[in-house]
Amino acid sequence: MLEDHAKIVSLLEQAGEVVGRKKLQKIIYILKKCDVPFQEKYHFHFFGPYSEELSLRIEELCNLGFINEVKETKGGYYQYRYTQTEAAKEFLSHFDIHMETIEPLIQELNNQNSKFLELVSTILYFDDLTREEIIEKVQVVKKKQNYSLDDIEEAFTFIASIKSMNTKVS
Amino acid sequence: MAQRMTKLNEEKVFKDPVHRYIHVRDRLIWELIGTSEFQRLRRIKQLGTSFLTFHGAEHSRFGHSLGVYEITRRLINVFEKDPEWDPNDRLLCLCAALLHDIGHGPFSHSFEKVFQTDHEHFTREMILGPTEINAVLRKISDDFPKKVSDVIGKTYENKLVVSMISSQIDADRMDYLLRDAYYTGVSYGHFDLERLWRVMRPREDQVVIKHSGMHAVEDYIMSRYQMYWQIYFHPVTRSAEVILTKILHRAKTLYHNGFKFKYVPTQLISLFDGQVTVEDYVKLDEALILYYFQVWQEEEDPILKDLCYRFMNRKLFKYIEFTPMDLSLYDELRDTFLEADLDPDYYLVVDSSSDCPYDLYRPGEEEEKLPIYLVMPDHQLRELSRESDVVDSITGRKRTDHKLYYPLDAIMALPSHSKAKKKLRSLLSI
Repeated sequence: MLEDHAKIVSLLEQAGEVVGRKKLQKIIYILKKCDVPFQEKYHFHFFGPYSEELSLRIEELCNLGFINEVKETKGGYYQYRYTQTEAAKEFLSHFDIHMETIEPLIQELNNQNSKFLELVSTILYFDDLTREEIIEKVQVVKKKQNYSLDDIEEAFTFIASIKSMNTKVS
Repeated sequence: MAQRMTKLNEEKVFKDPVHRYIHVRDRLIWELIGTSEFQRLRRIKQLGTSFLTFHGAEHSRFGHSLGVYEITRRLINVFEKDPEWDPNDRLLCLCAALLHDIGHGPFSHSFEKVFQTDHEHFTREMILGPTEINAVLRKISDDFPKKVSDVIGKTYENKLVVSMISSQIDADRMDYLLRDAYYTGVSYGHFDLERLWRVMRPREDQVVIKHSGMHAVEDYIMSRYQMYWQIYFHPVTRSAEVILTKILHRAKTLYHNGFKFKYVPTQLISLFDGQVTVEDYVKLDEALILYYFQVWQEEEDPILKDLCYRFMNRKLFKYIEFTPMDLSLYDELRDTFLEADLDPDYYLVVDSSSDCPYDLYRPGEEEEKLPIYLVMPDHQLRELSRESDVVDSITGRKRTDHKLYYPLDAIMALPSHSKAKKKLRSLLSI
């Protein structure tokens, strides 16, 4: 019961703060691809892997008072900041979810900017293709973002580094 | 390539209650409709368990898929005069529209939840694998199936084509809203489809709306809003969905515990084992699932038997509004269910709005989803909710909800002296 909600709250507990809806979406997708057991379904959208289920779950957690969402205006567009609330601690005490073991991984993801995480998650979305096919696909579906070959290489290196980190939730 | 231009000698039509007629002139489309994988969609209901709430809602994904094809066909007719539209994309677009739901299984959403399957994966498999559909598509070219699959998977290079089939205002939603409204018999959910496609314009990488068509789009967004709350998230339908999910969970658990079924679910074993192939998958339909639910009423396991009886005879769970800010009520209920010998894992279920597979309009803040854009008189694009007060007022509204489902009849059937019964009645205010 609400275990999937609790995992999101627990993630925020470890992250401290996540700035941006897009960033939160991509962090959870990347964690899923690292076998962290998030259940939200993702599909490919205009801006990469996106989960409507996750968006709604975050909205539910905000309405329940377990996640704090602050809307900021940033140069003509909106950006949202997410933190765990005090009430969330009591909520989490009902679940046996421990994300402490993957805290370094969460921090590593949270330290990246959302454009880079968008690239990383897009590469992971096509991980059943060969490296060459992935590069070709990224350049097709992310034409507007104009990722350079260096950016793509950096993302591959980043993926290799996070895959070597602990991804087991105790 | 020769096949690309092949037309049927005479146009075929399907009589359709939503679009009046669905017109087929391309041999390719006609052959796709005739494949066994596409015909299977006749045996999968578009609205899953909604027929238990709205008895008319027995329509299938077959009719919906034809409807999406027809809307796309008519939209292409409008686009044909526009220089942004590439006529070479016509057949690709029509095939993707027709096949967009091909990978859906029986009672798709519950199935995916329990068996961790993904209809998008099976859509790809059915288009790219050794299927009748693949053989038909390959008549165009060897890479044509891949193109169709990429359009449906939203990873195709031409995003305009993708957005016609899948975006916040696409042929899929337009058909299902109108079709679901028609078959459920509700009076809301209608909008002016013809007006909509007349104000749609192809623009670079998405379909946009001519400013003068804003009110037609408002109507469509309102329809989406009303259908969400009145049909898709209807609490009785959700109750049936809860029971269906629990039946599948129970059958899977029993199988893994070595339970001896009287009626062995042979066709579901690969699902239970998490090793379902496309060959197994295309054999699944709702007739098969309902057959098992029917015969499992005779199984020895009291939970499986009871849940199947409930589903088949519409003895659904009741619900209370539930705000899970304080989980002590839930914990107390859980303990009391155990005291009453009712397994809370099957009989006490929280259902949230995020469990429902339908969505409402999002203005696409922070690039989460591409919003609907209006083309203003100065040719600039403006996001819909920034221009329309109607859309703005409903997009800002709270759209989350949680309900707690329980078997009222089973609680009331507990002995009158039972302490658990008394406590449950008090906790649930029944």
